[in-house]
Amino acid sequence: MRILAIDSSAQVASVALLSEDAVLAEYSVDYRKTHSQTLLPMIDEVLRMTETVKEDITAIAVAAGPGSFTGLRIGAATVKGLAMVWNVPVIPVSTIAGIAANFAGSGDIVCPLMDARRGQVYTGAYGFNGSTIVEYIPDTCITIGPLMEKVNELGRKVIFAGDAYAVFREAIEKGVTVPYEFAPIHRAKQNAASVGWLGSALYKEGKTVSAEAFVPTYLRISQAERERAERLEGSADT
Amino acid sequence: MKPTYILAIESSCDETAAAVVRNGREVLSNIISSQIALHTLYGGVVPEIASRKHIEKINPVITEALAKAGMTLEEMDAIAVTYGPGLVGSLLVGVAEAKAIAYAAGKPLIGVHHIEGHVSANYISHPELEPPFLCLVVSGGHTHIVMVEDYGTYRIIGRTHDDAAGEAYDKIARAIGLGYPGGPKVDALAKQGDPEAIAFPRAHIEDCPYDFSFSGLKSAVLNYINIEKMKLRDAAKTKAENESSDSKPAPVLTKHGVPTGGETEGTERCPEVFSDGTTKADLAASFQAAVVDVLVTRTIAAAKAQGVNTVAIAGGVASNSALRNRMREVGEANGMKVLYPEPVLCTDNAAMIGAAAYYEFLRGNTADLTLNAVPGLRLGER
Repeated sequence: MRILAIDSSAQVASVALLSEDAVLAEYSVDYRKTHSQTLLPMIDEVLRMTETVKEDITAIAVAAGPGSFTGLRIGAATVKGLAMVWNVPVIPVSTIAGIAANFAGSGDIVCPLMDARRGQVYTGAYGFNGSTIVEYIPDTCITIGPLMEKVNELGRKVIFAGDAYAVFREAIEKGVTVPYEFAPIHRAKQNAASVGWLGSALYKEGKTVSAEAFVPTYLRISQAERERAERLEGSADT
Repeated sequence: MKPTYILAIESSCDETAAAVVRNGREVLSNIISSQIALHTLYGGVVPEIASRKHIEKINPVITEALAKAGMTLEEMDAIAVTYGPGLVGSLLVGVAEAKAIAYAAGKPLIGVHHIEGHVSANYISHPELEPPFLCLVVSGGHTHIVMVEDYGTYRIIGRTHDDAAGEAYDKIARAIGLGYPGGPKVDALAKQGDPEAIAFPRAHIEDCPYDFSFSGLKSAVLNYINIEKMKLRDAAKTKAENESSDSKPAPVLTKHGVPTGGETEGTERCPEVFSDGTTKADLAASFQAAVVDVLVTRTIAAAKAQGVNTVAIAGGVASNSALRNRMREVGEANGMKVLYPEPVLCTDNAAMIGAAAYYEFLRGNTADLTLNAVPGLRLGER
């Protein structure tokens, strides 16, 4: 069994290849270069380094969202193309759970935060019971205030991770009442090995979709749809 | 000689399309999933909605294209994709998908310029057509007179200095309450009107005999409508509805990214009959006559200057009946052959991308895995 894993949900581009019992390769780049240019060459490098041929690949795990709409779509289109040709299933994995899985084994709850703009974050909270993932806060898009209420209700130590915790550091420190820690930089962000690790478990549970059916999980409608809904709501009120 | 089969993908705006083309000229399948109905609600293409739809549709469209051609991916000689110009989010879906397919299947990848695709649609509809010829490319985002010197060799002879012709159509269509997309709707209404009813301006640009400007014409038409609206308002003493939006609306774009400025809802209606008895259909016909007039005279003049006797039309507006008829009339009067693709090949489609890709393939112009979407890609750029 070899699972190719991909995360292109934010600035980090990350590709990994996992077997049953090892991470055979991982390649992450956190640099201002478009995923459109980097992702496929990275996949190629990972497969060549591990002498993987297409017949070896069992499934493709992908960070399905939330995240940057464009980043998610570049990952999605890449995965849909590869999975269609290789005739393998796609394993959608929550981007937030993927970041949390960087801390599997720590015993702590992890709350990743990704910048969603407009003062909001894409977030959630997960813990790990051995290799079993436990969801404490489902993936959502909210502001820091309400998130801190949810975090405080957990009543346990929380590790804040993700690319937005630095942006919201002050607000977190002001609002949090449970013990907490900020993730160190080498484990704070997206890592395809974590996505692949979660994906392997999901694969065994049969939680896969076809290349054709796979679409990203945006957690947010487009700006135009939101404004149209607001306008229609506004005119209904008056 | 063994035939060449190309699987082509196009997603530069609001159409998700895939096609299988043999030897650049023979269309074995041409699948187009249009999103027009979705965007009509917003009065133009909403980029984020378009991108989301592309992701949903792209695999089924590709699968259908192969199935309809009765072929497999293994039988393809190359994978082609539009990489610009267009909406970046839309382009990226096709580019990422095409790259992944080419990589996974071990096939060469060919990046195609969207407008070169439109020009090449003529190769499909006219198997005898060979360069050199002159082509008027006219769509929602482009108005160019292009000299096609050879396969893959293009020289721009004339261009618009402001709006594209199709964009002017979209804006006028909105102003007279026809909605999006404007071209076919204005064309249909114009058939019931008198093209000489209202004398709209034909802009000439000094020192650029083959260039275009449609903003003056657009303003003249909009002014005409506004004056009529004012007359109507004064007469009826009705209050103007105020637009109550203090927040900046989400970008709503016409083809290829030109803002149109929000929805049409709540704006005052254009009168059906104007104060002097002319009708909305007369206005549409007069506007269309002005557009067609400059497009045709400048194209024919350019063809004369270039010494070619074949003139082609391409792009979405190439399916406009008035433009086709007039170009043929004037062209033939000047001893020229006038060609245009069938309507399904004028709209955004992937067959035309496969046609253009074939000649790139013959020249060995393939792309590597770093191919990116280039929203502002210029004609002839490689």
